[in-house]
Amino acid sequence: MKTFKIGGIHPPENKLSESSPIKVLPLPESVSIPMGQHLGVPAVPVVQKGDRVKTGQMIAKGEAFISANVHSSVTGVVQKIDEISDSSGYRRKAIIIKTEPDEWEESIDLSPNLVKECTLTPEEIVKKVNEKGIVGMGGATFPSHVKLMIPPGKKADYLLINGVECEPYLTSDHRLMLEHGEEMLVGITIQMKALKVSKAIIGIENNKKDAIDHLRKLVTDFPGITVEPLKVKYPQGGEKQLIKALINREVPSGKLPIEVGCVVHNVGTSVAVYQAVQKNKPLIERVVTITGNSLKEPSNFLTRVGTHISVMIEAAGGLPEDTGKIIYGGPMMGKALNVPDAPITKGTSGILILPEKTTRRKTAVNCIRCGRCAGVCPMGLEPYLLAVLADKNRHEDCEHERIMDCMECGSCLYICPSGRPLLDHIRIGKGAVGKIIRSRNQ
Amino acid sequence: MNEITLFSVISLGSIGTLAAVILYFVAQKFKVIEDPRIDQVAEALPNANCGGCGYAGCRAFAEEIVRKQSLDGMNCPPGGNEVMKEIASLLGLEAEEQEPTIAVVKCSGTRENAPPKVNYEGAMTCSFAHTLFAGESGCPFGCLGCGDCVVSCDFDAIYMDKETGLPVVKDNCVSCGACVKACPRNIIELRKRGKKDRRIFVSCINTEKGGVARKNCSVACIGCGKCVKECKFDAIVFENNLAYIDYNKCTMCRKCAPVCPTNAIHELNFPPRRPKPTPESETATN
Repeated sequence: MKTFKIGGIHPPENKLSESSPIKVLPLPESVSIPMGQHLGVPAVPVVQKGDRVKTGQMIAKGEAFISANVHSSVTGVVQKIDEISDSSGYRRKAIIIKTEPDEWEESIDLSPNLVKECTLTPEEIVKKVNEKGIVGMGGATFPSHVKLMIPPGKKADYLLINGVECEPYLTSDHRLMLEHGEEMLVGITIQMKALKVSKAIIGIENNKKDAIDHLRKLVTDFPGITVEPLKVKYPQGGEKQLIKALINREVPSGKLPIEVGCVVHNVGTSVAVYQAVQKNKPLIERVVTITGNSLKEPSNFLTRVGTHISVMIEAAGGLPEDTGKIIYGGPMMGKALNVPDAPITKGTSGILILPEKTTRRKTAVNCIRCGRCAGVCPMGLEPYLLAVLADKNRHEDCEHERIMDCMECGSCLYICPSGRPLLDHIRIGKGAVGKIIRSRNQ
Repeated sequence: MNEITLFSVISLGSIGTLAAVILYFVAQKFKVIEDPRIDQVAEALPNANCGGCGYAGCRAFAEEIVRKQSLDGMNCPPGGNEVMKEIASLLGLEAEEQEPTIAVVKCSGTRENAPPKVNYEGAMTCSFAHTLFAGESGCPFGCLGCGDCVVSCDFDAIYMDKETGLPVVKDNCVSCGACVKACPRNIIELRKRGKKDRRIFVSCINTEKGGVARKNCSVACIGCGKCVKECKFDAIVFENNLAYIDYNKCTMCRKCAPVCPTNAIHELNFPPRRPKPTPESETATN
């Protein structure tokens, strides 16, 4: 079975909500829809306080090239346009809407039947994806229309679909593949048409055997798409790792996947593309896993964007008493929440509630030069060295040691027997080096 | 034996002489003429190499002064007026009298005033904590308490108060500005030392709306503007829900501090206020 070559770790999988089907979360009382849910420039509101909006109506426009439109996820009246605390506690602009019973925008096709044929031209597909505010749903939230436009002079041979879900605990992509497999495959065909490629590979880790079997049965109707099981290893869901694992090509340092002729999309994005292009439905809801060892009902919810996390926790049986941390995202790359009522955004794949006893960090002791961090780094870096260089403000040396290639997967931090905060220091270094590089390019 | 000695003395001697002659001419050819005043100025400086003047070190500062032949905009904060006067007399220039400054920490979010809601366990550097989250108290403007300013200080003039979790500037601060640059949230400001070390300033930089700021910290500036109305000298600038006392205009009348509903205005080293005659005490004396 294929996998990427260098580094990687095997954290306990803990896929608690694996077998719980996607449930629709009841409409929350109000939603706070942030304007910056994507990578790039935040969207600009086009509604005002007091306006009545329908479900699926555009409420903010992404005006820059790398930006995305934001649509209302509920029907209701705009209460205010204000700043709310995001997952880090910093305040960001958001539109707060008081919910009323759903009244969908007329153009949206809500019927459950599958529409296979797509008559749009590639340009029209990209336009539609842009209009409907689709962003990468794997976590980085890069606007999808940008990824579907191939820069002049480049050519894509492969479309790779990321169904790896290598983060422990999370199961939203897994359930999506099982329950919305056909929609996803139509979405992939649409993406293939937009990119003008004839081959697409869906990479799925081998711990999701049911999804692999299910999709293998379905792909017989879809020419050009294959399903490839992959050995379980974190961080296989990283773009560069997935490319290496599936087609054995290496993306050069600091370059994009298109450099080696491929484009990578997440399974969630493919479903969203299907819904946008065939059903006219903007990205206003997504599957979010809510899980944790002490949680009563670890589940997968189809959640409207902007729903407060506290609402979801209630629906999953309430916050357990021994909670130590609420993590926004998966345990490896997620972020501990500062404010428990941050909203769900387009990029939230999971909420993880960890008990107090498992959340404490080890006390950092001296580096014993065992080199395990260098052994597990999937980018082939030397985290112990980078951490020291960053700590000593030796930015030039950091750049020389390719600090910008670090994707912050946290493998080094996970493996370090001395409990050293390696990634913390590397992040400081990355910030400083990134600033230097930007000022040099200006 | 004698021959060998003689031969070595002559050969080594001639090589030495030849090298000396070459070195002499080379030294003449590549002579660097340096203004002797640079050395004099550099000697007069404190030689702490703190960088407070904006140059790479004391020597670089001295070179720049001698090259420019003027003291405009040149100031050595640790040396103060005495050093600048000495340099001026060395170069035959006039030194402008500068008022001494000191670093001031504009946050009062102690553990009591701004109770921590979460527990931070990451790397203990403010620059990292700042990129990660708003802070343990939830105030996105307040002090993170990891002590980047303390690490940056070369003069041991700032320390972290363990109880409050805030840095405290000591009197021996030379206002080199290292901590100002080190703080990722720009909480530290260089302000005039003031007569008898008396200072008055708004100890908050939170620009959020009053209610939001107060949620996280009981002594935040809520932007009510009462101090602005109270000030007769237009010394208080009000912008983005935040008051700022301009030390060039402030006359230290201390009228603004008592009107502040959150006690965000701090007075340092003033004598205690005389208690205001309340109506009750008046009636009592009558």
